[in-house]
Amino acid sequence: MSAILQGAGAGAAAALTPFNSIDSNKFVAPSRSSLSVRSKSYIVAGSDDGTNKSFGSSSLIARRSQPLMIPNAVTATKADTAASSTSLKSGHELLLYEALQEGLEEEMDRDPHVCVMGEDVGHYGGSYKVTKGLADKFGDLRVLDTPICENAFTGMGIGAAMTGLRPIIEGMNMGFLLLAFNQISNNCGMLHYTSGGQFTIPVVIRGPGGVGRQLGAEHSQRLESYFQSIPGIQMVACSTPYNAKGLMKAAIRSENPVILFEHVLLYNLKESIPDEEYICNLEEAEMVRPGEHITILTYSRMRYHVMQAAKTLVNKGYDPEVIDIRSLKPFDLHTIGNSVKKTHRVLIVEECMRTGGIGASLTAAINENFHDYLDAPVMCLSSQDVPTPYAGTLEEWTVVQPAQIVTAVEQLCQ
Amino acid sequence: MALSRLSSRSNGIARPFSAAFNRFISTDTTPITIETSLPFTAHLCDPPSRSVESSSQELLDFFRTMALMRRMEIAADSLYKAKLIRGFCHLYDGQEAVAIGMEAAITKKDAIITAYRDHCIFLGRGGSLHEVFSELMGRQAGCSKGKGGSMHFYKKDSSFYGGHGIVGAQVPLGCGVAFAQKYNKEEAVTFALYGDGAANQGQLFEALNISALWDLPAILVCENNHYGMGTAEWRAAKSPSYYKRGDYVPGLKVDGMDAFAVKQACKFAKDHALEKGPIILEMDTYRYHGHSMSDPGSTYRTRDEISGVRQERDPIERIKKLVLSHDLATEKELKDMEKEIRKEVDDAIAKAKDCPMPEPSELFTNVYVKGFGTESFGPDRKEVKAALP
Repeated sequence: MSAILQGAGAGAAAALTPFNSIDSNKFVAPSRSSLSVRSKSYIVAGSDDGTNKSFGSSSLIARRSQPLMIPNAVTATKADTAASSTSLKSGHELLLYEALQEGLEEEMDRDPHVCVMGEDVGHYGGSYKVTKGLADKFGDLRVLDTPICENAFTGMGIGAAMTGLRPIIEGMNMGFLLLAFNQISNNCGMLHYTSGGQFTIPVVIRGPGGVGRQLGAEHSQRLESYFQSIPGIQMVACSTPYNAKGLMKAAIRSENPVILFEHVLLYNLKESIPDEEYICNLEEAEMVRPGEHITILTYSRMRYHVMQAAKTLVNKGYDPEVIDIRSLKPFDLHTIGNSVKKTHRVLIVEECMRTGGIGASLTAAINENFHDYLDAPVMCLSSQDVPTPYAGTLEEWTVVQPAQIVTAVEQLCQ
Repeated sequence: MALSRLSSRSNGIARPFSAAFNRFISTDTTPITIETSLPFTAHLCDPPSRSVESSSQELLDFFRTMALMRRMEIAADSLYKAKLIRGFCHLYDGQEAVAIGMEAAITKKDAIITAYRDHCIFLGRGGSLHEVFSELMGRQAGCSKGKGGSMHFYKKDSSFYGGHGIVGAQVPLGCGVAFAQKYNKEEAVTFALYGDGAANQGQLFEALNISALWDLPAILVCENNHYGMGTAEWRAAKSPSYYKRGDYVPGLKVDGMDAFAVKQACKFAKDHALEKGPIILEMDTYRYHGHSMSDPGSTYRTRDEISGVRQERDPIERIKKLVLSHDLATEKELKDMEKEIRKEVDDAIAKAKDCPMPEPSELFTNVYVKGFGTESFGPDRKEVKAALP
């Protein structure tokens, strides 16, 4: 069957359709006909006050037409193995870190207020080469090599943002940002509120995290769980070159502080991305593989483990729907909800720790909002609550492996 | 206290006894030279001269504003005891000279950032009494809409960056503001204020290192009131010379109870920062109240010490003596001024008391920036996608 791609189209302004029209109806007919009962309503809730808890239906709110905004290119084929987004138009191939660099460079060209600060981002080119070449192009005042003082330079980035600059603060490894937790929590997240709206903090805090190849416990941390409760910030996790560039650009343009989580092992992923400019929506989840039997929610590196497991599952006759949630705060309960209403089973696969991780919050959110639609309890596969060991075999068992995902799906779909 | 009489006061003012004192404030700008009480102590730089240029207008302005600040803080004390102000309330009485002297030396384009003892600095930056009392009582008309409280006063249009609760965290923020000033090529400086307690924070030295490295126009001002809450400075710091702590960064020690010394030092610091990079100022000052309203302030120091400072070094008394010795106003006129100030503060409090509390919907506003499609209702979002520009 042909792959239906919704991607970069000419006259994108007119072609923009809201995301929820990418229905699985367009693809293979559902194997369970009983599904058709519930899946059609569009969930559009007016949201003027914080107490609106019911799903009312109102007119579909069309996206503001932005000539440069291209909706996510969605991969459709069931037989898709690698979860990559491709576009119809000719694009160029690059690695994920190059995509981040491209996004960064385009935004720095576009807005002179954007600057980068971090350790070794300038002359060295960035420890993961994300900022390579930028110091030569933009100079030392816009690509700033800082000494090793996360607390201070994060604070400085936030102070600069209060005046209107748009700094991008890089933590060489996300784990180092624990030293700047006070600045991120109290100043970055809360200043907009405590000043009664006077100051905005348009910073982007980014860096690689996650379990790598035997990097040791302190360099394999997943900070999503620690930051998720901070009010006032947004968190996104990129997983492909396409969404890396899109999310980087969206994060820089956002007036809110955004924490962009990258993964150490994903920097060398190769993909073809469009030549023309595009931005990804910060609060939106990405439909990686539509399906019917079960919803698998994942983000960052685990997406690839899930897709690998999906291959096995398809061979065994299952039809999983895989969604890369991308937005860790706030959750895109719209996309997730639609999926749950279709499949009635949820499996969350994440790299965060079991206790108090993103999966834990997501489980609670799904149970609270979509309880009626669930046929089975929400299952969450997370990393073990242990410091990441050095030995390769042990490290492998700290994170979720595809075989565990297959077993979990089989268990849920009994 | 050494005073030098002005030798050339050109317009002799003929004063009819019944004249209202307002006339002095509005008209007379004859220069007066005042000598600071103590010489400056310098570290790695040449101290500025002890003679400060001032004018009668400025002297009376100083007196009036400092008396206003003093009255405001004492009124806040009573409001706190009446349980109209809750939580933490850190009062600045005794330290007014620092706020006043600094304001006199700089413009509204220069930024000030301080910690939680921010009521008077906010006032100095142009805030109104109504905003202060409303914010302290959590009302809508407060400068942060009632959502910040005593420790979170901000005024963006006068470059006052707050108002921060966590000790020391404002210094890297201040250096960031200085960085932005350099980036945007504004000829302005940032004063980052902190206390003797915060002087032991590591992030201060981190920020100072970066500021010195990148030549940022940052001025770090240590308001040394000798007590970090209940801990005296000799029990907390091995080296009590906070102005020398910068090591390779020049420093200046200033008598913080003398508004003119503060003014001279801040002017000097601004010129230095614009040319040569960061500098540290240590203001030797004192607070009469305890650390905050929950601290009586007498368990770690004697009442004699407090009253001693009040008698010998009180900043308002000093200005008052200067005003009287220069014949700018009579005792009675100054007393009338104080009465008027008292009434002004009482009126502001009454007006603030009438102000409504914030609407319940305000709980959810300003968490994220509105108008950019993101609205916050907690992590459970029930609305359609946000659009970004």
